[in-house]
Amino acid sequence: MNLKVTPLNAVHRGLNARLVGFGGWEMPLHYGSQIAEHRNVRRDAGMFDVSHMLAVDIVGSGARDFLLKLLANNVDRLQKPGKALYSCMLNQEGGVIDDLIVYFLDQRRYRVVVNAATAEKDLAWMREQSLELTGPLTIGPRRDLAMIAVQGPAAREKVWRALPEAKAASERLEPFFAAEVTDLLIARTGYTGEDGFELMLPADRAEKVWDVLLGNGVAPAGLGARDTLRLEAGMNLYGEDMDEAVTPLECGLEWTVDLQSPRDFIGKQALTTSPRRARMLGLVLLERGVLRAHQPVETPSGLGLITSGSFSPTLQTSIALARLPVAVLPDQQVKVSVRDKWLVARTVKCPFVRRGHSLLVDFPAFVEPR
Amino acid sequence: MSIPADLKYSDSHEWVRLDADGNATVGITHHAQDLLGDLVFVENPKVGRSLRKGEECGVVESVKAASDIYAPIGGEVVAVNAELETAPEKINQGAYQAWMFKLKPADAAELASLLDAAAYQKLVEAESK
Repeated sequence: MNLKVTPLNAVHRGLNARLVGFGGWEMPLHYGSQIAEHRNVRRDAGMFDVSHMLAVDIVGSGARDFLLKLLANNVDRLQKPGKALYSCMLNQEGGVIDDLIVYFLDQRRYRVVVNAATAEKDLAWMREQSLELTGPLTIGPRRDLAMIAVQGPAAREKVWRALPEAKAASERLEPFFAAEVTDLLIARTGYTGEDGFELMLPADRAEKVWDVLLGNGVAPAGLGARDTLRLEAGMNLYGEDMDEAVTPLECGLEWTVDLQSPRDFIGKQALTTSPRRARMLGLVLLERGVLRAHQPVETPSGLGLITSGSFSPTLQTSIALARLPVAVLPDQQVKVSVRDKWLVARTVKCPFVRRGHSLLVDFPAFVEPR
Repeated sequence: MSIPADLKYSDSHEWVRLDADGNATVGITHHAQDLLGDLVFVENPKVGRSLRKGEECGVVESVKAASDIYAPIGGEVVAVNAELETAPEKINQGAYQAWMFKLKPADAAELASLLDAAAYQKLVEAESK
């Protein structure tokens, strides 16, 4: 299969990136050291090409009603223009078709950003659901845009230095808000547990913006670091930690599902009537080894499964997200089948790390990053 | 990075050095660590364990993947590099310095069955295509 390339592909090659296939796209895994890139983001600033993700503009007077029906989270929470909301898009059975961020641009314009591998499936689903709607609406995929995520404690300062024209509009942005500066959308969102911006801009400007960010000390970071950063931040990866076979209630995303308001949305009935089959918790390995996806977990309440796991550069031990029996609680000892051994781990509430610091208590063995 | 001419190689990417005392020192190649990326975990065989040529005897894990280590020749494990338990990144920093374990060869003739540097170079080139 031919892999699709982003507008920054030549830039990655010029930086000697190790390129891999991801969701049908050729993307940088790392530019030399995944751990060094991870640390750059936790301590200073790093940037990711996320142009493989798809922005979809939902425009028209029927846009809000459409999103109220389409998404498990409640877009009525979006009252101030620029506000963003994380949500799952569910099927009728309550299974997760995708997770996404929706930006409220103005009364008749919303931008939804979906995952790369699911983009075509998502578009087809959105179009199908829009047919039943009465209000006028267009669903416009924005393949003409590039996306660069700049993340880390110094990310915002460095973005302002690189793009001074964006400073006035983005200086007062609160977390999870975005602003439009002509053809640039600058959003205080991300997937790392750090502060920073996500930039959406015309593809033909991507190289120039990347270069000027590089020139202002923002280090390139690949998908490898993106994965360990999001794992430390306790954020799910679609296709690993969730898919159409699980509901958001079963993968740690209860907080994104609005079951309080009388609003009906696709999948709501299934969520309220079907019993919950599992819960998501974090695991911290208490022995040497590395937790990986698909390893079985033995708990006092039965068997579970790791959905994603790796080594945490910040905590200097292995961590994982696991789908466990509903009765399992945080702070319980469990055993994980790692290769030919059962290793001891402890369940924890996510996230593991936020804003550069460990959130684990009573883990004296873990050191702050070197 | 050039492949040291004074070492022997297995087709599973271990290197072997015959030491003056008759023991064989084993590690993984630069090419192997480059494919794996940043290493975060190393498990060596136990000292005293007797290995057959080709036997699975350890593991190296990077952030993204795990890779088994195979005994390039048969023999008894006489020493392991314990430093790698706390500093697996030493292998990334110098794959031919950061040895993993030493074997007392059971049959010195097995060494002759390993690849020399030129043959290993060809293997790496073929795998990189």
